[in-house]
Amino acid sequence: MELTAEERGILAGKLGEAARRALEYQVEVGRFWQARRMVPVTNVHLMGDIEVMGDGGLEFLREEVRLGARCRVSATTNARCIDFAHCERLGQDPAEVAKEREIIQCLRRMEVVTTDTCINYQTGYQPRLGEHVAWGDTGTVIYANSVLGARSNFESGPAALAAALTGRTPEYGFHLDDHREGTFSVELRATLDDLADWGAVGKLVGEAHQNYFAVPVFHGYRRTPEADELKHLGAALASYGSMAMFHFVGVTPEAPSELPEQKFAVSEKDIQNVHAGYSLGDGDARLVVFSGPQQSLPEMKRLAQLFEGRKLKKGSSCFVTTNAAVLARSRALGYAKVLEDAGVTILEGVCFYILQNLSSLRRANRWTNLVSNSAKIVNIIGAHRFNAILRRTADCVEIACSGELR
Amino acid sequence: MVEGEALLSEEGFSPRYDLDRWSGIITRPGHKLEGMSLVDKVCFFPTAKGGIAAGWAFYDIKWKKLAPKAFIFGVTNPVMVQGAVFAGIPITAGWTPHPGKVIHSGDWVRVDPARKLIEVIRRQA
Repeated sequence: MELTAEERGILAGKLGEAARRALEYQVEVGRFWQARRMVPVTNVHLMGDIEVMGDGGLEFLREEVRLGARCRVSATTNARCIDFAHCERLGQDPAEVAKEREIIQCLRRMEVVTTDTCINYQTGYQPRLGEHVAWGDTGTVIYANSVLGARSNFESGPAALAAALTGRTPEYGFHLDDHREGTFSVELRATLDDLADWGAVGKLVGEAHQNYFAVPVFHGYRRTPEADELKHLGAALASYGSMAMFHFVGVTPEAPSELPEQKFAVSEKDIQNVHAGYSLGDGDARLVVFSGPQQSLPEMKRLAQLFEGRKLKKGSSCFVTTNAAVLARSRALGYAKVLEDAGVTILEGVCFYILQNLSSLRRANRWTNLVSNSAKIVNIIGAHRFNAILRRTADCVEIACSGELR
Repeated sequence: MVEGEALLSEEGFSPRYDLDRWSGIITRPGHKLEGMSLVDKVCFFPTAKGGIAAGWAFYDIKWKKLAPKAFIFGVTNPVMVQGAVFAGIPITAGWTPHPGKVIHSGDWVRVDPARKLIEVIRRQA
C-alpha cells in the first residue's frame, strides 16, 4: 500500500502505541482487499457491547485505555445490549450488566460519544454526498451509501474503532466508484403501504442476490418514499442479502440514468406471498416487537396513534426500542405515555435482538413466536430459536391487543 | 503457514447465527455442519453470512481458545476479514479449483496464505 508520511509516522509510533497497532491492523485488512491506500474519514460509528464483544473484547478495550487510546475523529456507538433501567426486570445477568458499564466507561475515556443508537443517520450525523465514513451496523452503512451518497464499507467493531483512532480506513469496496454502480435492476410494481412491505422487498431482493457487492437499482415506483421506508428497505437488504448499497431512481443521489441489464421485479402478489409465508409455530402470539432498527420519532407517533386508548391482551408483551433523543421527545409529546398506558415496554439505547440473555428471557416467558413489522429482526431472531412472523404495523398492534395472530 | 484437519461445509457461515461461542460447535438447527466443532480445524465455507457483530466474535473465540486454525472462503465479506485479521486467524478467499473437489473433511492440510497454496499432507484414513 502507498502510505503517506503521516501514516508512516503513525506506524513509527508518533501517535502512541494504540494508534500504531490500529493502523498496522488496518493495513493488513487493506492488503487483503488490495487497497491502494488509506482514505481519511470524518465520522465513525461502532458496535461495542458486552454481548458482541465478550470478555476478550472487554480486555482489549481495557488495554486500549491503558495505552492512552484517543479518537482522532468524531465517533458514536451503536445500539447496545442492556437498558440499565430495565435490566433487572428483564432478568439480565448482573455480572454482564457491570461489564457493560465498564465498556461504556472505557469508550468514553477514549472520547467515543456513547449515543447507543442504530439510527445515527436519523438523529446523529448525516454525512454528505461523497463523504468517507467508517460505520458499523449494516443498516447504518447501507443508508449512508444509498440515501446519503456517503461512502462506507461494513466496518465491524474492531475495524471501526481502529478507524476512530487513526482517522482513516483502507480504500476498498464502497469507497471506490467501481463498486458503487448498480449491478441489477428491480422494478417495484407494488404499492408498499407499510414499513413491513418495504422490509418484504428487501427480503425478496436480498435473498435472491446474496452478495456484498451486489447493488440493486429500484425503479418504477410511483410515490416518493419516506426516510423510514428507505430505512426498512435498506436494513432488510443488508440483513437478507449482505448488501451495502442500493440505488432508487428519482430518490437516491447516485441513481443511474440507464438501468443495468439483469432484471428483477416485485409485484403486489410477491409482497402478499411474503406475508402469507409466515405462520404461527407452536404456542401463541404473545410477543410483539418494534425494533431493528430503533424507532424514529415518526414511527413513535404512528405507534402512539395505533395504541391510543387500547391495552395489551393480558399475558401478552410488547417491546419498542428507540434511542435517548427520540424517547425524550416522545415523552415531551405524550407518545411514550400513550404506549406505556397501553402496557408497552419502551427500551432505550438497545436493540431487541442483541439483548443480553435474550434466549433465557425467551425460555422464562415461554415465548415461542415473535411478531414484528421489521423484516430484519424476523430474519435474525431465529438465532435465539424464536419462530418469527412478519406483519404490517397496524396488524402487529392488533395482535398485541388481541393475542390473536391475523 | 498453518496445518490442521480440514472441515468442509456446503453452507455459508456466520459466527453469530451458526456457532455456539462457548463450545466452538455449530449449533444452528439445520446447518450442514450442525454438531461439528470448529476448534483447531481448517474451515472451508463457500460464503460468509451475518452482520457487523462477527467482527468481535472471532477474537472472542480465540480468547476462549476455541478458534479454528484458518478460514478458507469461496467468497467472503469485509466483516469476516476484519474479524479474522483482528483475531490473528489466517483467512483466504477465492480458490480455483473449488477446494471441495480436492479436499475432504478429515484430511490433514497445510495452508500458506501468502503463497495462496493449500497442500493435502495426509488423506483421511
